[in-house]
Amino acid sequence: MTQTMAVAKALNESLRKALENDPKVLIMGEDVGKLGGVFRITDGLHKDFGEGRVIDTPLAESGIVGTAIGLALRGYRPVVEIQFDGFVFPAYDQIVTQLAKMHARALGKIKLPVVIRIPYGGGIGAVEHHSESPEALFAHIPGLKVVSPSNPSDAYWMLQQAIECDDPVIFFEPKRRYWDKGEVDVSALPGDLHRAVVAQQGTDITLAAYGPMVKVCLEAAAAAANEGRSLEVVDLRSLSPIDFDTIQASVERTGRLVVVHEAPVFYGAGAEIAARITERCFYHLEAPVLRVGGFHAPYPPARLEEEYLPGLDRVLDAVDRALAF
Amino acid sequence: MSVKSTAAGGPPAKGRGRTSPRGHAAKPRTGEPGLVQLLTPEGERVEHADYAIDLTPEELRGLYRDMVLTRRFDAEAITLQRQGELGLWASLLGQEAAQIGSGRATRPDDYVFPTYREHGVAWTRDVDPLNLLGMFRGVNHGGWDPNENNFQLYTIVIGSQTLHATGYAMGVAKDGADAAVIAYFGDGASSQGDVAEAFTFAAVYNAPVVFFCQNNQWAISEPTEKQSRVPIYQRAAGYGFPGVRVDGNDVLAVLAVTRAALEHARSGQGPMLVEAFTYRMGAHTTTDDPTRYRRDEEREEWASKDPIARLKTYLEREGFADEDFYAGIDAESDALAKRVREGVRNMPNPGTMAIFENVYADGSALVDEERAQFAAYQASFEDAAAGSSAGTGH
Repeated sequence: MTQTMAVAKALNESLRKALENDPKVLIMGEDVGKLGGVFRITDGLHKDFGEGRVIDTPLAESGIVGTAIGLALRGYRPVVEIQFDGFVFPAYDQIVTQLAKMHARALGKIKLPVVIRIPYGGGIGAVEHHSESPEALFAHIPGLKVVSPSNPSDAYWMLQQAIECDDPVIFFEPKRRYWDKGEVDVSALPGDLHRAVVAQQGTDITLAAYGPMVKVCLEAAAAAANEGRSLEVVDLRSLSPIDFDTIQASVERTGRLVVVHEAPVFYGAGAEIAARITERCFYHLEAPVLRVGGFHAPYPPARLEEEYLPGLDRVLDAVDRALAF
Repeated sequence: MSVKSTAAGGPPAKGRGRTSPRGHAAKPRTGEPGLVQLLTPEGERVEHADYAIDLTPEELRGLYRDMVLTRRFDAEAITLQRQGELGLWASLLGQEAAQIGSGRATRPDDYVFPTYREHGVAWTRDVDPLNLLGMFRGVNHGGWDPNENNFQLYTIVIGSQTLHATGYAMGVAKDGADAAVIAYFGDGASSQGDVAEAFTFAAVYNAPVVFFCQNNQWAISEPTEKQSRVPIYQRAAGYGFPGVRVDGNDVLAVLAVTRAALEHARSGQGPMLVEAFTYRMGAHTTTDDPTRYRRDEEREEWASKDPIARLKTYLEREGFADEDFYAGIDAESDALAKRVREGVRNMPNPGTMAIFENVYADGSALVDEERAQFAAYQASFEDAAAGSSAGTGH
């Protein structure tokens, strides 16, 4: 059964289904109740499931995640909303020192099925702390799983899979894609949460991206096709773990790889992918793995974000450079 | 170290406010004993045992002028946001007395740590209103020099600045200066760990800091009951310093209480918590829609406690202001609005390379490298454009 919906609506429907399917699922966060969240992702859930399951919390991120851990220890499956990427850091201590490590600390005797949803990335003209891409800071932490959908169908299915997962999952939502529409087959069984997919087949070069940058890469592929170049686009979907097999298979066909993300390039996900793919595909590579991403500078004021964010031109520039080798 | 109450600070939490048997806070009403008030919503001047104030007509007119001009500035900013000149605006409508009263209580050598809504406090510190608008237009993240007016940059992350204020106050004390520090925050922020830690540090180090909480009843969509079971000012007692609740829509009471609190801090008696009980008449920001979560009647009820209207009633009853005075303020308001409007519209976008500026005080080879690469990348378009225009013969 296929429906057309925006990413935001897909997430909303996904949460609704999770609440219906499992009485242990709880939603927690700032303004997630009556308001339905500042992006309306929890719209209507408070009304239909009550404040016992859709919980407006005090304005305290460490408190939200810390108590979600306690609820998980008690057998619940909390789905936490952090209002904006830049507001997660009061909770970073709880996430890193407790959430990520408790399962190991208990020698596997306890599980922490907590999902932390974080709207992330720029492109919405916001003030400071509302446009950041901190995913590498979480992917670097053993014990956490990190995923990011790029389209409505993945938003719908990956969120449910994250909620069903017995490990903590940091679920990064590309906020500037919230209003992008697409087809969602709500009856199709999804594949693995952590598998990458080839979003666009091509033969000359592979672009690897996730979340908000997948759309940019698909547009780059379309633009390059007009010039007779065939770009393959891999939507990573998961950043921890990363499905290197799918990237490897693609690079073995194309011989070239450009990794694209909004987050700063320095110590970003692209560095890990470049290193692994160089190890795996050394004799297939026709060019060094190139990276396109943010600069080593604070996310700029809104009037500069268009220049700051990697767009079509910067992706195609990297493609040119990789093909020039 | 003394955290004992003083006449100026008022007694600690004991006896202030009421709690129901379950410990829930009784809904405070204006005029109840736990609320310091010197000017009623009807514009009646009343006395308070702990807080006295004696202002000249000129000073009273000054407070009125501050509030009216601040409100006009705020209204202009909302309009500019609607017109697309600003990306966002956080309105202070309804909180003018809390901000002007507390701001006017500060001395030039005191230091202010604001949230992102302290436009009225900024006004009292002589911060150019245009400076406040840059971050909301998206041309900078604040950018003014905090030391010019002892007014820190706006802080967006909720509650962070209370710790900065506490540390600054610890430094003031170490230096033997007699200045005080004032940290602004809201009812929502009172839940943040940083605020609890700021209270702890300030108490333990007897820091000369006033924690000024504008309880405007709403943290976006969440009412204060979602943050606290007791009136916020009562939290101070648990940390060992005095707390007091003041009618935040009464500029005289806010001025009197904040003066006393700052003097308490300056005189070596340590921190104090002031809860200004007020109301956010507008939306949280221009992106918010309060009709989704609160009743119109509540807003109307608070409209009848308007801070400006009650002072005007008082000024008129006492014959402290005449038509010329009001006409003069109207003209000043119009001039301010015009200056703000034109200033914002003419505010230039930063150059692209500003991205790489001020990342480090001592510079960084990494930033230099990325800047050079990006400059070359951008120049490649100019070269291409030059090449193509040459080719087409234009």
